[in-house]
Amino acid sequence: MKHNELETKNELQEKSLFDKTVGRRSFLQYAGAGAAGVALVAAGCKKDRGYETPTMNGGVTIDFKDDFGVLNYAYALEQLEAAFYIKVASAPPASFTAAQKAYFQDIQFHEIAHREFFKKALSTAAIPGLEVDFSKIDFTSATSVLNTAMTFEDLGVAAYNGAGKRIKDPGYLLLAGKIVSVEARHASYVRDLIKPGSFSDLSTLTAFGADVAGALDGALTPDKVLPLAQPFIKTKISAINL
Amino acid sequence: MNILNILEEIEKVDGEIYERLSPRRAAMKSFFSVGKKLSLAAMPLALGSMFQKAYGQTAPASVTDVLNFALALEYLEWNFYNHALVATPSLVPDANGAKAAITVIRDHERAHVNLLKGALNIASPTDPATDGYKYANFQFEAVLADVFTNYQSFLKVGTALEDTGVRAYKGQAGVLKGTDVLTTALRIHAVEARHAAHLRAMTAASLGVNLKPWISYAANGNDTGISLVDANYAGEQNTMQAGIEINGLGGASQTQAAESFDEALDGVAVKKLANAFIKDGFKLT
Repeated sequence: MKHNELETKNELQEKSLFDKTVGRRSFLQYAGAGAAGVALVAAGCKKDRGYETPTMNGGVTIDFKDDFGVLNYAYALEQLEAAFYIKVASAPPASFTAAQKAYFQDIQFHEIAHREFFKKALSTAAIPGLEVDFSKIDFTSATSVLNTAMTFEDLGVAAYNGAGKRIKDPGYLLLAGKIVSVEARHASYVRDLIKPGSFSDLSTLTAFGADVAGALDGALTPDKVLPLAQPFIKTKISAINL
Repeated sequence: MNILNILEEIEKVDGEIYERLSPRRAAMKSFFSVGKKLSLAAMPLALGSMFQKAYGQTAPASVTDVLNFALALEYLEWNFYNHALVATPSLVPDANGAKAAITVIRDHERAHVNLLKGALNIASPTDPATDGYKYANFQFEAVLADVFTNYQSFLKVGTALEDTGVRAYKGQAGVLKGTDVLTTALRIHAVEARHAAHLRAMTAASLGVNLKPWISYAANGNDTGISLVDANYAGEQNTMQAGIEINGLGGASQTQAAESFDEALDGVAVKKLANAFIKDGFKLT
């Protein structure tokens, strides 16, 4: 039953590749996902985004002067998460149960949906696709995969929580809120897989700014988040006007 | 006492008073006809009820209002878990870490209560039993009679409470925009979402149903299969975000599209849902 569900999902995914509503960049991303090493969008695609912010040494600069900066920051983190889960869902660790495979497939599509949403919403203001670096992750090891997933989700929650205050448009703020609680649900699920009952163990999240006494989740400003995400992203990300 | 003068006075500070009242034309009509028969002494009472209809359960407009609203919801949650753990200690089993998890969640709600009270400069609690809302002010059994005698009923209500709490905080974000209070609210919001995901897993395991940690697609928004809480999930089926259709985006199915974004619930809707658990005289307005 579960197996059939997965097959159906894979068929749907394949079918969408041939749907003409899927843009060239999306196709490239899927092609990349199918290839041996997951490379996100090739840097050469950035020209057709029309993104004007100066880049140095092939890096990307996120300008936090307005809401577009915050949205691009979210877009960068969602790119990282999506690339990670695409890789996990395409070849899950052998010890994953059918239920775990199905949920990681779900998470993959949630993160792809977030990534594609930001790309569309930002349109020509979007930063280019980022090249990821997962060389330190052992995708055959459940421990390695789960711990990385937990880090990405907990960090994602802290990143949205810490950046929310910068958002000026109430509509964008609401959208960030709609996404961050889903990331927190992911974090809760992955944590329970690693250690049952650790879904909201804030004492392990103090490095991300969690407050145990107040039962407050993590919150980190972009200047704290980006250095933590950078080891997994080959493209150098710089932040200005923070 | 002239009601038209009163309305004119209100219009000076609230230009929308006639708009607020106009959907209630029928109520106005009956008010006037009843008014003829009322003595002058009874007028303020009748007026009060009319204005409560116009203004009652409006969305919180200020940061303080939001904090008080959040405090009320946290009290509600804390009382729910605390009553289960203290008054009916055999309800939540020790097995599979269930009682430990409910205890963690209860303690988090208490921490949120204390934090919000601090933010509102309400004197810090000395005796929880006499602090703020008392358990006696709540009526969880009025919503589900066996909520404290049937573990599965308890889980169902807990799941709906947490999912609704997540929606409630999201609904107030706009009021808090650009403030440090927003950051605090977001941090509470994320903890509630962690609770919600875990309670959904507990519910799935206990009831043997396929309930995911994230809110899946259902035609009416309610993926729990518990019709009692349909209103708590109304709107969660949405797959359109900022004019962008998520269904099919990057290969996401309708279900995954609905899952990938949680939906907000406005203050009016949340208060209505919360009030079902709160006794008369203490209900949120």
